Amino acid sequence: MTPVSHPAATIVEPDSATIAHPLDALYAEDLESGDAPAVGQSVTRVDARDKVLGRAKYTDDLCPRNALWIKVMHSTIAHGYVTAIDTSYAEAIPGVVKVLTCFDVPDRPFPTAGHPWSTDPSHQDVSDRLLLNRHVRYWGDEIAVVVAETELAAKAGVAALTATYEELPFALNPLDSMAEGMATIQEDYPGNVLAHSRLSVGNYAEAIKEPGLIKVEGTYDTGTVQHCHIENAICFAEAQGDRITVTTSTQIPHIVRRVVGQALGIGWGKVRVVKPYIGGGFGNKQDVLSEPLCAWVCLQVGGRAVKLDTTREETFVSQRVRHAMQIKVTSWLRPDGTFAARKYESYSDQGGYASHGHTIAAKAMNCFHELYQCPNVEGDTWTVYTNKPTSGAMRGYGIPQAMWAGEGHIDDICRQFGFDPLDYRLKMIMADGHVNKFSGNENYFDSPRQTLLAGAEAFGFRQLHAECEAQDPAARIRRGAGVASFWYNTGVWPIALESSASRMVLNEDGSVSLSLGETEIGQGGDTVFSQMTADAVGVPFSDVHVVSTQDTDVAPFGTGAYASRQTYVAGFTIRQTANLLREKILAHAHELTNMPVAQLDLVGGRIVRTTDGRELMTLKELATEVLYSMKHSEHIAAESTYQIKTNAYSFGCSFAEVEVDVDLCQARVVRLLNVHDCGTLINPALAEGQVHGGQSMSIGLALQEELLFDPRNGKPLNNNLLDYKLCTTVDHPDLEAMFIENPEPTSAFGTKALGEPPTCSPAPAIRNAILQATGVPLYHAPMTPHQLFARFTETGLIGESLHV
Amino acid sequence: MFDLKALYIPDTVEEALELLKERPEARVMAGGSDNLVKLRDGHLLGLEWVSIFGLDELRQITLDDDGTIRIGPLANFATVARHEIVRTHIPSLAHAVLTIGGPQVRNIGTIGGNLCNGVPSADSASTCYAWDAQMELRSADGVRVVPIPEFYITAGKVDLRPGELVTGILIRRESYEGCFGAYHKYAMRNAMDIATVNCSTVVKLSADHSTIEEGRIAFGVAAPTPIRAPHGEAELRGKPVSMATVNAAAQAALGDTRARDSWRAGKAFREHMLAEIARRCLVKSITRAGGRLIESSSK
Repeated sequence: MTPVSHPAATIVEPDSATIAHPLDALYAEDLESGDAPAVGQSVTRVDARDKVLGRAKYTDDLCPRNALWIKVMHSTIAHGYVTAIDTSYAEAIPGVVKVLTCFDVPDRPFPTAGHPWSTDPSHQDVSDRLLLNRHVRYWGDEIAVVVAETELAAKAGVAALTATYEELPFALNPLDSMAEGMATIQEDYPGNVLAHSRLSVGNYAEAIKEPGLIKVEGTYDTGTVQHCHIENAICFAEAQGDRITVTTSTQIPHIVRRVVGQALGIGWGKVRVVKPYIGGGFGNKQDVLSEPLCAWVCLQVGGRAVKLDTTREETFVSQRVRHAMQIKVTSWLRPDGTFAARKYESYSDQGGYASHGHTIAAKAMNCFHELYQCPNVEGDTWTVYTNKPTSGAMRGYGIPQAMWAGEGHIDDICRQFGFDPLDYRLKMIMADGHVNKFSGNENYFDSPRQTLLAGAEAFGFRQLHAECEAQDPAARIRRGAGVASFWYNTGVWPIALESSASRMVLNEDGSVSLSLGETEIGQGGDTVFSQMTADAVGVPFSDVHVVSTQDTDVAPFGTGAYASRQTYVAGFTIRQTANLLREKILAHAHELTNMPVAQLDLVGGRIVRTTDGRELMTLKELATEVLYSMKHSEHIAAESTYQIKTNAYSFGCSFAEVEVDVDLCQARVVRLLNVHDCGTLINPALAEGQVHGGQSMSIGLALQEELLFDPRNGKPLNNNLLDYKLCTTVDHPDLEAMFIENPEPTSAFGTKALGEPPTCSPAPAIRNAILQATGVPLYHAPMTPHQLFARFTETGLIGESLHV
Repeated sequence: MFDLKALYIPDTVEEALELLKERPEARVMAGGSDNLVKLRDGHLLGLEWVSIFGLDELRQITLDDDGTIRIGPLANFATVARHEIVRTHIPSLAHAVLTIGGPQVRNIGTIGGNLCNGVPSADSASTCYAWDAQMELRSADGVRVVPIPEFYITAGKVDLRPGELVTGILIRRESYEGCFGAYHKYAMRNAMDIATVNCSTVVKLSADHSTIEEGRIAFGVAAPTPIRAPHGEAELRGKPVSMATVNAAAQAALGDTRARDSWRAGKAFREHMLAEIARRCLVKSITRAGGRLIESSSK
């Protein structure tokens, strides 16, 4: 290798010709695909080339160059009231256009959760924040903005603002927040409990009286983690006429439109939201973030374009995080390992504002009695306001926390009883054919067992587990094998609305333009929607042109990317709209060929006579003729909404091999396999990518990531990517994914959830592997070297002096 | 966008030294991987800067006639790590700088900048301590050469006087000839991280590989500056090659540290890791030098 003598020499100038060629070659394979079904093929993503070449437009690429900058002033106390903000120095800075504070905003609280709106007021999301807040609920709360001609002037303006506060006691965890004497964080919730719900099956109190029961109990908690999508949230707003347009990096454009309308007190139709390509969201952008503030500021400066970009530091603190949860699990078992009764008690750390609120803790609790059935179950779960960043949706929506507790607990049972963790799961996990009475979800294919068995075989789990059991118990480098299952479902029915709308327009060249309310957020949604559309209409994949941007003025209504639902829900409307489009096309084909519709079909972009298979004309010929016909011209388009009233289980598991360096208190994942039954794969390569991303996120949850706060004042300590230890590529092994494709009977394309499920089971599998390796059960995620040091010291694995 | 009052870009070292003499308040920017982060964070605003990044004469790594290794301060980490002279004579420095950041930072960050930044965690610093490096400091008025422990004054402060530039990092022949080193960075992830603690050791064995003639132990994040561990080194000098020697030296070296509690890591945690990585570095150094150690795999 030649030494680099000058750093500048390492910079390679992009040459579009040389970069485009290999990708064009890849893409050419798709163009050749012809009549073969697109569903089930690993076709290249429709946005791959533009994203690689830098041609894809993101929010900042679309922002007018003369837009004003908005910078936010954040509170420097964790709880209290702003009593005054001195704006005079900031206003005197050249380039500063306007300073707006929490004393200027309308007193109109609004909700932020990316949930479908409910017309039933009792099911509506909690409205507990203003655009800027005098009552400061966490260190970093938004209390003022500076609007300026340049970024530097805006930053200087914020630095020149001084706020004075009346401080209140603060709490950094649910139990402290619920304690006697703690100040009220949200006026409508004295005692700081946002919500409490109960779960009751059978009779727990009676059941535990059965003689001979053995009790296993543990409290499992998870830390505060953040999504760390690559593109920080950004939006810009501009007004024309009596309407305002907000362009934003969001997963949920139609919900943003509604909330901006609510926050500004204007008709929702006066708001237009544009969602271009986004650099990830993972649930943080399934919340309305800065858009209402940006829109309001725009109107305060005469409708000029204003941009609100956020730094990584702000993203960590002032947007959303995953709920830290403390979950206590108690199991009463008979000597054969069967459950007599079980109990679940949990406290979920909401932070300062409600956002998605209790729905996440409730989901976490409600899977407890599902995955392992027990006749007598009692549960209590509290969601509690604290003086920390607001918790919202994050990939897995409470289930990673629930699985950390539930699947860790299963291994604690196995260890106490001497059971094999794989065999015990195979014996106890949800029965084949189980039906959930509330959702109607059915375990049609015994998927929890199928995935465990297939994964164990592929991973060589039994042999590895036996080898690890036989290793020298005094070894300083040890290995362990762990397994964990997970429970998930697809979408939100019947808790909330599920609806999907699409529009298809036939172009003169026989291609189809496809618009949906479902959003591309990096997961490959546009590609799988195009694949399903190609097959449903009967055109080659390359003849489907998906409109990636949702502009709420023209895009069909959809609630956006969340709940691992989009491929499932979009499938229904794609099938339905495609049928409408085909009807119109075949009616014209009848007019043009004089053949009855019943003897015509549209296959691979060709009108075919079904009786002899002869191609009568191409779709291109038909489309051009119909649009320009002097006899019967028509713009052929179809649009429909499908309301989905079904849901589907999505099951799977993880197998982990972990090496523990006892003296360095370091755990390294050597291998990690996820097995999923997410039904029929629409695009296997994209499915594998989803799994890898989820595994990486779960390794972070298990071993590295936690947002920390100074106990003295509530200030975040590590809200940057250096101190917050997000996994890098060298922090995990080659990730393995495996699929069992049982076609989901309710789905139009046999598919079900895969977006979030990969994040649910790796962390407990890693925990259980460390347990096997060291004999030390761990109860807090992440299991950092600090945690291992404390636990290894407690248990005598490491001592005071160096060994010889 | 950064808040700079002025940015001067000299073409030669002499021009740079003249500029610094005229503007003693101006700050020097090399690769910028530390300074630009500080500027973004709202520090060092509105200052004059002298960018020395284009001074190729400070980028070379050469061997002087007397065998002294001369590392130009503007050599970036990727260059240091790949350089034949480094890999042949002081390979533990190549290892140390390869643990810094990621590929982009290693292509822009310079070893001189790493040392002048003055932080105790700098990956190149403890290894430079272990190799007895000396800093060549030049101003318009002359040159002085300072051993690296004297160059470091306290956290964030080095002995760089107004108008001075680092023009070379020097390692003399007697400091490296017949010597073998090892580096261990203990961090919370495997890339893009700053050391929680680090250790660099160098040993020289007798001709028959049975005795340690000389051993050097350096630590990072064990005190406000990188340090050498004289008590640990005393336990090596003239001692037989054995695990007992290694363990005694690692334990004694801990006595030279002043690790502290912070939210990033507790004192007890740091001390445990310092002793453990010292032990591992010594085992590696001795093994590389041809010494034979029998290490048990269990306690």
